[in-house]
Amino acid sequence: MDLGLTDSELKFRDELRAWLKANLPKKMVKSADNAKEYYQYLSDWQMALYKGGWAGVSWPKEYGGRGSSFIEQAIFQEEMALADAPERMGTIGQGLVGPTIIAVGTEEQKKKYLPRILSGEDIWCQGFSEPNAGSDVASLETKAVLDGDHFVINGQKIWTSYAHIAQQCLLIVRTDPAAAKHKGITALLVDMKTPGIEVSPLKMMSGDSMFNEMFFTNLRVPVSAVIGKVNEGWNVAITALANERANLGTGLYVIFKRNLDAMVDQAKRLKRGGRPVIEDPVIRQRLAQAYVDLEVFRLNTTRSLSMLNKTGAPGPEGSIQKLYWSELNQRMAQIAMEVLGPYAQLTDYDGGRWVYNYLRSRGNTIEAGTSEVQRNIIAQRVLGLPRSY
Amino acid sequence: MEFDHSKPQRLLQQSARDLFARQCPPKRVRELMATDTAFNPELWSAVADQGWLGIHLPEQTGGIGLGTVELAVISEEMGRACFPGPFLGTVWAATLLAATNPHAATLQKLTTGELKGAVALLEPEGGWDLADIQLQATPVEGTYTLSGKKSFVLDAITADVLVVAARSPKGLVLVAVPASATGVKIEPTAALDATRKLADISFDNVQIDPDDVLADRKQAEEALSKSLDVVALCACAEMLGGMQWILETSAEYAKTRQQFGKTIGTFQAVQSMLADMVLWTESVRSAVYYAAWAIDADPADARRAVGIAKAYTSDASREVANRGVQVHGGIGFTWEHDLQLFYKRSKALEILTGDSAYHRAALVELVFDQA
Ligand SMILES: Cc1cc2nc3c(=O)[nH]c(=O)nc-3n(C[C@H](O)[C@H](O)[C@H](O)COP(=O)(O)OP(=O)(O)OC[C@H]3O[C@@H](n4cnc5c(N)ncnc54)[C@H](O)[C@@H]3O)c2cc1C
Repeated sequence: MDLGLTDSELKFRDELRAWLKANLPKKMVKSADNAKEYYQYLSDWQMALYKGGWAGVSWPKEYGGRGSSFIEQAIFQEEMALADAPERMGTIGQGLVGPTIIAVGTEEQKKKYLPRILSGEDIWCQGFSEPNAGSDVASLETKAVLDGDHFVINGQKIWTSYAHIAQQCLLIVRTDPAAAKHKGITALLVDMKTPGIEVSPLKMMSGDSMFNEMFFTNLRVPVSAVIGKVNEGWNVAITALANERANLGTGLYVIFKRNLDAMVDQAKRLKRGGRPVIEDPVIRQRLAQAYVDLEVFRLNTTRSLSMLNKTGAPGPEGSIQKLYWSELNQRMAQIAMEVLGPYAQLTDYDGGRWVYNYLRSRGNTIEAGTSEVQRNIIAQRVLGLPRSY
Repeated sequence: MEFDHSKPQRLLQQSARDLFARQCPPKRVRELMATDTAFNPELWSAVADQGWLGIHLPEQTGGIGLGTVELAVISEEMGRACFPGPFLGTVWAATLLAATNPHAATLQKLTTGELKGAVALLEPEGGWDLADIQLQATPVEGTYTLSGKKSFVLDAITADVLVVAARSPKGLVLVAVPASATGVKIEPTAALDATRKLADISFDNVQIDPDDVLADRKQAEEALSKSLDVVALCACAEMLGGMQWILETSAEYAKTRQQFGKTIGTFQAVQSMLADMVLWTESVRSAVYYAAWAIDADPADARRAVGIAKAYTSDASREVANRGVQVHGGIGFTWEHDLQLFYKRSKALEILTGDSAYHRAALVELVFDQA
C-alpha cells in the first residue's frame, strides 16, 4: 500500500499540471446548452489532449498514446478531476474499441485507427444490440454473406449511440448461421460512409437523440475489415464488453463531481422554510451520502487501475465498477431533485441540466449491460456460482 | 503508487489469518463470549507476542514501528475471526498514551500486553462529539480529581489502565487512571456483541496521580480526535474482515444447499444478493485502505478519509450481514450458526465511534460548509 507517487510518477503529474495550466480552455462550457457549440468545444479539447500527448496515457506510443502505465492513467484521471477539465470525447472509441484493437487488431488496423480515436477525429459507434438481441447479444441475426473479398450485410442494429455522428463502427454480424450461436459471429471495423447504411435517430426519454437504429441493405464490407478471425468474433465482442464495463467509468468521476458541486451550490442558494436548503438536516444527510458514495467510487477506480496495472486485462471485476457508477449516478440525480424541490421539474431551470441528468441516468443501468447482467457476471465469474439461465 | 498490499503486508495478513484459524476458531469465540470477560490469557499472549498491540506505534514506546495500514491488516483478520477480548480497548489506550506521554511506563506494558487498557469517552447521553464530554475534572495542585459517570466503555471490564476524557473549567483533559484506584467503580453492561464487553464506570472523587495527567485543552482534543480516527479505522477494517467472512460463507452455502433439485446459488435472486455483497465488500476495501494510508502519509486528509470510510462501511457492513442471513434461510437465523457472531459484531462496530449518519453530518461540515 503506497498511494504516494514515485519520482517518475511525480514528474508525470507535474508535467501534466503544467500542461493543463497552459492549455485548459479559457472559457469553460459546462453543459450542453448548445449541442453544436458543446460538441465543438469537446472536439477542440480532445485534439488539444492528443497534440499534447495526453489523450491515450496507457496506450502504446507508436499509435499516438503516451506509453505509460495504468498508474499514470489513474493519476491522469485524478488531475483531470482536480482541474475540473472538460470530459473527453469519443468514449466508445477510447473506452472500448481502442483497447479491443490494441488487444486483437492487426498492425495495420492499429496504425490506421488508433491515432484518430485519440485525436477525436474518428468517433466510433458500437453496433452490437439488435431488436431481438439485447442482453443476449450473441443471438444476433444481422447476416453477412461472403461475396468474393467482401461481406454483404443485411439486417438491423438498434440503440446505437452516436451512430449519427460516427465515422466508424465496430459491428458484429452472423457469418455462419449453421454454427452454435457464439461460434458463427464475426467482428468488423466498418466505415460509416459505406453505402448501404441507413441511420435513423431514436428519441430518448429525455427528448434528445443520442442513439439510433441502423439498417443495412446490401452493405459491402471488405474482408480486410475483419478484426480477429472470421467466425471468432464473439471473443472480440467479449474483449470489447469487458473493456466497456471496466473503462467507461474511469472518466466519469470528473463529471459526477461537477454535478455534486453544482448540487451543493444550488443547496446554498435556494431557500426553503426561511433558510438555505443546505441547512436542512435531511438534505445534509443526502448530500453527504452522494459525497461518500462518489468518493468511494473514486477510490475504487484508482484501485482497479492499480490492479489492472498488474493483470494487464480487465476481468469480471469491471462489472463491479459498472454496477457501482450506474446506480451511483441514479442516486445522485435523485438527490439533486430533492435539493431543488419544485424547481427540479423545470426543463429550463439551470439550463435544463437537472431534468436531463435525472432522465438520462435511467439509461445507465441498461446501457453497457444491464445491472441484472452485471450481477450475473459477478455471481458467476467472481464467485463461481452456476449459470442461472 | 500501488493501491494494494505490499509483499510484507501480504505476509503479515497470512500469518494473522493462520494464527487466528489455529487459535481463534468460532468454537473458541463462543466459549469466550459466554464468560464475563471474553478474555483468554493464551489467546492474548499469542497476539501480544507478535507485537500487534503496538504494531503502529514507534519502537521507543514498545511498538514495532509499522503503520496504520499494518494495524488495519491485523484488524481485518481479527474481524474475519470475530476475535474476542480487549485488543481494541488496549490499542486505543496505547495510541492515546503514545501521543501524549510516550515515556509512560504503562505504555510499554500496554504494547507488550502485560497490561490491558480501555478508553472512557462516552457518557450516559451517548454522544461521540468532544463537546459531549462532561465528566468533571476538578483542578487540585497540578492535578485533578474526577467525579461523574462514563458509559459504554469498551473493554473496561478487563482493563488495568483507564484513559479518561474529562472536562475541567479550562477545557478537555485526558488522564490515566488505574482501574483499581479508590473511587473507581466498573459495572458490566449486557450488550449485543458478547465477544467484547461494555461497562459503565463511576468516578467518585478519584485522585489522579500528577504523572498521569496526559494532556489538556487543545493537545487533549487533538490527541483524542486522532485516536478516534485510528479506532474508527480499526472498526472499519474489522467490519471488512467480517464482511469477507460472511460473503465467503454465504457463497459457499449457495453452492451446496439444494432446493427444488438445484443448488440455491443457481437462483438469480440469490446470486443477485451475493453480487451486491461483493460490490459492498470491495468498495469497503478501497475506502478502508485509503484511509489507513492517509492517517500516516497524508494526515491533512485523514479526518475526511476516515469519515468516508466509517460512513460507507457502517452501512455496507450491515447490508452484507443482512444479506448473509437471508442467503442462509432458517439456519442463518439460529444461535448455532456462526453468522450470528459476525452479525452482532457488525452492529456493534457500526455504532462504535459513530454510525453513518453521524459521520455524514461531520463530513458535510468538513467539505461543504467550509468550502
Ligand atoms: C442509453 C443507451 C445507450 C445504448 N448504446 C448502445 C450502443 O451504443 N450500442 C449497442 O450495441 N447497444 C447500446 N445500447 C443497448 C444496450 O446494450 C441494451 O439495451 C442492453 O444490453 C439491454 O438489452 P435490451 O434493451 O434488449 O433489454 P433486454 O435484454 O430485453 O432486457 C430486459 C430486462 O430483462 C433483464 N434480463 C435480460 N436477460 C437477463 C438475464 N439473463 N438475467 C436477468 N435479467 C435479464 C434485463 O436486465 C432487463 O431488466 C444502449 C442502451 C441504452 C439504454
